[in-house]
Amino acid sequence: MNWNQILLMRNEIVLTLIILLVLVSDLIVKDNRKKIISNIAIGLFVIHMLIGFIPMPEGSLFGGMYRTNHLIFGFKIILNVGVLLILLQSASWLHDKLQDTTKIGEFYIILFSSLLGIYFMVSSGHFLILYMGLELSVLPISALAAYEVYNRKSSEAAIKLILSAAISSGVFLFGISILYAVSGSLYFDDILGKLPISYFSVMGLVFFFSGLAFKISLVPFHLWTADVYEGAPTPVSNYLSVISKAGAVFILMVLLFITMNTLHDIWIYLVYGITVLTMFIGNFFALRQENMKRFLAFSSVAQAGFILMAMVSANQAGVSSVVYFMAIYIFSNIGAFGVVEAISMKTGKENMKDYAGLYRTNPKLSLVLMLSLFSLAGIPPVAGFFGKFFLYTAAAGQGFYVLVFIAVVNVTISLYYYLKVIREAFLRTSDTPIAYFKSDNYMKVSLAIVAVILLVIGLYSPFYDYIYSVSNIVNF
Amino acid sequence: MDILSLFVTVPILTVIVLMFAKGKKQYRVVALVGFIIQTLMSFNLIYQYLHVRALGDKSIMVFTKDLLWFAPMNIHYAIGVDGISVLMIVLTSVIVLAGIFISWDVDDLPKEFFISLIVLATGVFGFFISVDLFTLFLFYELAVIPMYLLIGIWGSGPREYASMKLTLMLMGASAVLLIGILGLYFHSAPNGGPHTFNIFEIAKLNLPVGVQRLFFPFIFVGFGTISALFPFHTWSPDGHSSAPTAVSMLHAGVLMKMGGYGIFRIAMYLMPQGTHFWTNFFLVLAITGVVYGAFAAIKQTDLKYINAYSSVSHLGLVLVGLLMINQIAWKGAMLQTLSHGFTTALLFALIGVVYGRTHTRIISKMSGLLVFIPVIGILFVLAGLANLGLPGFSGFVSEMNIFVGAFQHADTFHRIITILAASSIVITAVYILRVVGKIMMGPTMKEYANLPGITWYEKTGTYILMIFIVLIGTLPFWFGNILSDSIRPFIERL
Repeated sequence: MNWNQILLMRNEIVLTLIILLVLVSDLIVKDNRKKIISNIAIGLFVIHMLIGFIPMPEGSLFGGMYRTNHLIFGFKIILNVGVLLILLQSASWLHDKLQDTTKIGEFYIILFSSLLGIYFMVSSGHFLILYMGLELSVLPISALAAYEVYNRKSSEAAIKLILSAAISSGVFLFGISILYAVSGSLYFDDILGKLPISYFSVMGLVFFFSGLAFKISLVPFHLWTADVYEGAPTPVSNYLSVISKAGAVFILMVLLFITMNTLHDIWIYLVYGITVLTMFIGNFFALRQENMKRFLAFSSVAQAGFILMAMVSANQAGVSSVVYFMAIYIFSNIGAFGVVEAISMKTGKENMKDYAGLYRTNPKLSLVLMLSLFSLAGIPPVAGFFGKFFLYTAAAGQGFYVLVFIAVVNVTISLYYYLKVIREAFLRTSDTPIAYFKSDNYMKVSLAIVAVILLVIGLYSPFYDYIYSVSNIVNF
Repeated sequence: MDILSLFVTVPILTVIVLMFAKGKKQYRVVALVGFIIQTLMSFNLIYQYLHVRALGDKSIMVFTKDLLWFAPMNIHYAIGVDGISVLMIVLTSVIVLAGIFISWDVDDLPKEFFISLIVLATGVFGFFISVDLFTLFLFYELAVIPMYLLIGIWGSGPREYASMKLTLMLMGASAVLLIGILGLYFHSAPNGGPHTFNIFEIAKLNLPVGVQRLFFPFIFVGFGTISALFPFHTWSPDGHSSAPTAVSMLHAGVLMKMGGYGIFRIAMYLMPQGTHFWTNFFLVLAITGVVYGAFAAIKQTDLKYINAYSSVSHLGLVLVGLLMINQIAWKGAMLQTLSHGFTTALLFALIGVVYGRTHTRIISKMSGLLVFIPVIGILFVLAGLANLGLPGFSGFVSEMNIFVGAFQHADTFHRIITILAASSIVITAVYILRVVGKIMMGPTMKEYANLPGITWYEKTGTYILMIFIVLIGTLPFWFGNILSDSIRPFIERL
């Protein structure tokens, strides 16, 4: 193994170095000057993100346990940008809200560890690496969920998260062991084409699928979502709703499309059913939520349903539309969570009713909120429209018109609750509106970037063209 | 920049300038200047269009342009116009211009008001120039969504309810439309090769009959909802009555026109066999809308509701004309689209003007206004007469064409439809004359003795619309010729 090959793991190596650097600087910096660690960590992460843009060859390491290709390369860039935005949004929470400033450094270390887990998960070529990545991505996050130790809800969220994660890991492992029993290998490449259509392998598929469905919070494995999102600190909910979900979706897609393609005729019904359930139940629960974080939790459940919809088409269009929509979803949700975070940071208000008259006091914030929600709802010219459209196209391309019809019905339902927030913020006025406030610069930069991204990446077609061109990993 | 893309670019630039403008005066001046440019451009477009046709350009669409947008899906930014879209563009720019004049005095969040209005207009312009289904759909949705804010923020009465209902119904309809568009897209390449969203590419092939019959109702209902096809019209009365004046004008005058246009251009043109299969069914719905809308208007007490139901009735006539499938009826339907756009916008504008003075829209509370506000009163009477289709105004020509076209079908079913459609004129006369007679001509009321007269901006806004109503009414052959030439290639396919 030579140096060039090791560089295939560039993202992981650099991120590990950053974790170590932050750890060391956390030791060096005096307790009363911990805030500087935020700058160090964010600065290092920016460098890491920029390095991520340098082109990289495809290849695999350790006999196929770890692999990378152009799609994974592009996906990691998207993850990096998303994480950077979350880091920027979390700075004010770390500095002002958290009573114990010594914990600032730990936050970055734990978050980066989780991201490292997602990197491994996305790049895995072997079920054990996948499992390791999955655990590494979830366990640190449950620590972060309990970060506000003085807040009971935060601890509750952490316990819920860790318990459901543990159960899902168990289910996941059970599924893997059945798949191993059927195929005789844990390498994705060895399993390829070898899974027979038998009850046993279908059982393995179902358990394995359920394990990942927990992470993506698909119905009926979504019950932890709302409580955890509500209780956990907002940046952590944000991370959970986009980055860890994206990682799990990506690897689920790769496994279903490629490794388990012999079971295509079976998993397609599984995906179909779960999609319909997830969209309807996520939407119906979101309709009546009053707390913004719970609302976004259910909305993200419903969005997961839309993402899954495109998976019924196991082809290049399916891969590219899922990845494209994931990217757009990441930025839209970060925008929405960012606004919720900014408001709850300054005023402590998290209920939809409190947002009445927001536009008249905080116009810029409301505009970002509107852009993000419109993007989630799929309204042009914001990016979400293109994302949704390509998801429909992917599903309709394989003749699933009924599924697309169910999806568009759900989009209309979801539009109602997104407009409910817009109604509070723009249409209504309030005697006690959220007073005008200024967020810190980190938050401002983050929200500005989100707004620009949401306006641009839809209309700017080369972004989709690129994703499409690297999505040729499927050959059915 | 080509002549057509400017119609989308100029409004966007206007919006950008508006964002940086300061103060109410600047906002409205910027919006006005932007739309005066737009209107002049649309007049120029007619001139250019006639010029190109005079030079002997026989292609269906002129000024076409085609840019590849999303290569993997073969999505293009493809634009082009024929006589119908040119006139629609003129209609849109004139009505938006009039709308800006009428809302000259908007006090609450004026910047946001004009921005939303212009974004809406951008969507409409984009819709009328698109020949690619994806672009068309994008612009269609872009036009619908600002309506939520416009009605929700600046509306009156149950504005939250009305705006939510309107948006959900229209977006639901666009979801149905989307299914139809995807259905067309995935059947656009029967011999392999890339699928296409281009209308004229799809028109080159004959889609299988089963496909046409399956997807025709999706597209028809999708577009039908926005042109208030019975029974999907329920958003329209609530939406119109809660909307601020300029928005009602735009909505009835322009936005609802996208429905008929889309049905004509996409549903009927691309799916001729589907059209023949479904005609009778939708004719029944359309004629129900015509008669129902007219009767419902009689019962209303609120001026805006009357006009809203009258729109349901008149746009039902457009659909009836379209579904008659012959040259004259189609010409009538197109003329009716234009005519209804100008007349309804004028009526809504005048209702807004009257409401601004009397602060009520309930008919029983107003009487004898003609004495105190003569100019507004006379305009109101004229608008009412135009609406009921008096000769000399646009409504007469267009309705005449529709009925003549409809009468060419000799079977009993079509005869009954035609008779019912023609009877709506009488019902229209009932409610129009009642309204005009009561609030304008009735005994004078003391509390209205000191109403202020018409202001210059109201005058300008209403006069512009009046001019066009009279123009269509007196020069119908000029408009008719532009339309006929463009209708021919479409009728030949059916």
